[in-house]
Amino acid sequence: MNRFAALLDRLSYEPRRNAKLRLIMDYFRHTPDPERGYALAAMTNALMFKEAKPGLIRGLVEERTDPELFRMAYHYVGDLAETVALIWPAPGHENVAPISDDTPAIGHNNPPPHVPTLTEVVETLATTSKSDLPAKVAGWLDALDETGRWALLKLITRELRVGVSARLAKTAVAQLGGFEPDDVELIWHGLEAPYEDLFAWVEGRGPKPESGNPAPFRPPMLSHPLEEEDFVKLDASDFLAEWKWDGIRLQAVSGHDSHGKPVRRIYSRTGEDVSRAFPDLVEALTFEGAIDGELLIVREGLVQSFNVLQQRLNRKAVTPKLIAEFPAHLRVYDILTEGEEDLRDLPFAERRKRLEALVARLDNPRIDLSPMVPFETWDDLATARANPASVGAGPDADAIEGCMIKRANSPYLPGRPKGYWYKWKRDPYLVDAVMMYGQRGHGKRSSFYSDYTFGVWRDGPNGEELVPVGKAYHGFTDEELVKLDRYVRNHTVNRFGPVREVEYGRDRGLVLEVAFEGLQRSTRHKSGVAMRFPRINRIRWDKPAAEADRIETLEKILERGEKEIHPLKDQEA
Amino acid sequence: MALRSTDILTQTPQGLYCPLGDFHIDPVRPVKRALITHGHSDHARSGHRTVLATRETLLIMAVRYGEDFAGSTQEATLGESMKLGDVTVRFTPAGHVLGSAQITIEAGGTRVVVSGDYKRAEDPTCLPYEVVPCDVFITEATFGLPVFRHPDTREEVRELLDSVALFPERTHIVGAYALGKAQRVMALLREEGYDQPIHLHGAMERLTEFYKSEGVPLGDTPKVIASERSKLAGAIVICPPSSIQDLWSRKFPDPVTCFASGWMRVRARARQKGVELPLVISDHSDWDDLCRTIRETGAGEVWVTHGQEDALVHWCTMHGIKARPLHMLGYGDEGEAEETASTGGEA
Repeated sequence: MNRFAALLDRLSYEPRRNAKLRLIMDYFRHTPDPERGYALAAMTNALMFKEAKPGLIRGLVEERTDPELFRMAYHYVGDLAETVALIWPAPGHENVAPISDDTPAIGHNNPPPHVPTLTEVVETLATTSKSDLPAKVAGWLDALDETGRWALLKLITRELRVGVSARLAKTAVAQLGGFEPDDVELIWHGLEAPYEDLFAWVEGRGPKPESGNPAPFRPPMLSHPLEEEDFVKLDASDFLAEWKWDGIRLQAVSGHDSHGKPVRRIYSRTGEDVSRAFPDLVEALTFEGAIDGELLIVREGLVQSFNVLQQRLNRKAVTPKLIAEFPAHLRVYDILTEGEEDLRDLPFAERRKRLEALVARLDNPRIDLSPMVPFETWDDLATARANPASVGAGPDADAIEGCMIKRANSPYLPGRPKGYWYKWKRDPYLVDAVMMYGQRGHGKRSSFYSDYTFGVWRDGPNGEELVPVGKAYHGFTDEELVKLDRYVRNHTVNRFGPVREVEYGRDRGLVLEVAFEGLQRSTRHKSGVAMRFPRINRIRWDKPAAEADRIETLEKILERGEKEIHPLKDQEA
Repeated sequence: MALRSTDILTQTPQGLYCPLGDFHIDPVRPVKRALITHGHSDHARSGHRTVLATRETLLIMAVRYGEDFAGSTQEATLGESMKLGDVTVRFTPAGHVLGSAQITIEAGGTRVVVSGDYKRAEDPTCLPYEVVPCDVFITEATFGLPVFRHPDTREEVRELLDSVALFPERTHIVGAYALGKAQRVMALLREEGYDQPIHLHGAMERLTEFYKSEGVPLGDTPKVIASERSKLAGAIVICPPSSIQDLWSRKFPDPVTCFASGWMRVRARARQKGVELPLVISDHSDWDDLCRTIRETGAGEVWVTHGQEDALVHWCTMHGIKARPLHMLGYGDEGEAEETASTGGEA
């Protein structure tokens, strides 16, 4: 456990990707099976403990610390595992203990402290009964030092947050044997922790593990946002354009197992198998291959807003009623494989033809093509983007959040290669609002006042008043964050736990230019509106609060009746 | 009848004020008469008409602001009582930085101690903290949360030396506040037997010379010459926290960014600053020492000036001690203030 803790510790302070990779490879080289395999499982988020949950940790720490002190500490640190690791009282420690007449829970007859291995931790967590777990975990926490406690708790909360993606961990394994990360990716879904066969293969001691999964996930190709200056460099005739849909990116894969039985899978863009959530769509995958597209809800031929899509996503149980009410639909724009053939090296224009043919053969209303947007010059495309309905997007125009621009000769490359695919989103709305509250952030921003609630003016019973219209926690630089944080601290008028109310009024207050993607009516918000993806566009240190916008500005946007919905729900097309 | 504590000390926009003695303590704006606990710039500001402080603090202020930092100055001798108006005041070591003192005010049988910033941990560069029993104890709470437990400084310095041994081709750049922390790190390195030159950023030079002139042995501490930065592979360089990430530090061979501060106990704080090697070395009391000190003073009432007031006030209340937060602005404020004042406010 200590070795694994030391690895996580170093990773958490190492900003450079290549150095992280070196650290992980070094760990894999010098750590025996199965220990390193469980570390790989932890870094790829492949460990799942049925009974060991954050609630267990909370329970343990609540027995040992005053709840109020713990709450304040947690708000400050912004990370449960780290807070508990730091606050965990050494035996006999009194300054955090609750004041109570009851016999304290600490000091029971635990066996002497024993520092466990990672393997022991993983295997014990998987097999120990719910009632025996607390004592087991508490014993480990007593035995480990602060870094060890932190690593153990990270493992249990399943949020390592050390800046290592599953992809990076798989890359490290691949590089042990000079393989490409995709080589590991393709067999990954058939493997299980502690991955002894995988390590044996990359180290040349064993055969390549069977994929075991006839419908594997392949890492998707991602795009870059288009910047103004890109137009000068890019020749319009080299590119094709599609609409950028306001849905969820999915990969649908269909194959068959060794008995010839069809195997159909739907993956999220991060490779999570989400097939079970979309049985209606899985049924429609009557082909062999892998296609890439957008999940949308389509009712009577009409694409519904992202808001409607969310109502299906948020449900745990997929009932026939839910399926009937929110029919899942896949609007496809690329094809990665067909039958046994890998198409990813073909130019986009070629793949598109194969995709069109496949969709035509499928002839299923649940799966259709994302149409191409015709254009000759960038100006043409700008016009289309501003008004999708004018170039044939028809009634679906509302579900379009911009254009995707793809180089006609681009291969399908995993990750975010430069120069091939661009997303060109519609311009956001802007509004000048006044900061009303600051709240402490989490993770990277912990202990900074980094989440800001802002309001606009409206007529109240006692004259003009500010009504909160949203909350934003990004859009600013780290330097601006330091200034905003200081502003909150120096202008606090009220404190509510992690939240501070700041000074605001006609003659005082800080104006924030807020950018957002759209508005919806909301009964949950005092102002009656809810913003989509708001972020701080600029800090208007110069602007008097009295000159911030009024609620009418927002209502006009709503009244335009455009159901303006083009969010950034998962950061990527 | 004993005086009420608020007769002895009140809160004003300038800072804590003693009406019976007509003086302020560590005022944030110019006042007629200021008593200063220590030389950090958030406590010791220039422009007061008269300043009463320890000899070292007065000298530090002169180094920082020039000889004319106040209309007139008066030296306070540690441990000696003196009469100011209707009160008696006394300066006692606070263990924070060289010259730092607590200020005890006594009148009508009530004793109030303004502790300034203080620590209980060992520090080779200044006198240790002395407990002053009192009725009202006024404390900071920079690290007033139970997640802050400062480790043994020797372990931290050894970690730095281990890293230097591990990466002889890289320069270790240690961010440290110019007054106190920087010299403490140097002294700790010397205690661990490190006898190489310790290279200093220009902003460190004068205060380090001052420490040496006060008899604190720090060894060879040459100033970094800009054109020779690339030759400092394997060296330890100490600079203000604001310089660890700026262009100045990028000119060293593959620098390892280190930061000596109590904040380094929290991972996110280290990462926010881009620190690769956090050194948990603080000139403030950690949670346990804050609680211990309050207990040892025997005070029935505690005022918390700045920092994480809420948790410490809660702890006092739990233990039957009357406590209130003062929410004073202009001091450390969780150490963010240090960003702009690289030579001053510290943690």
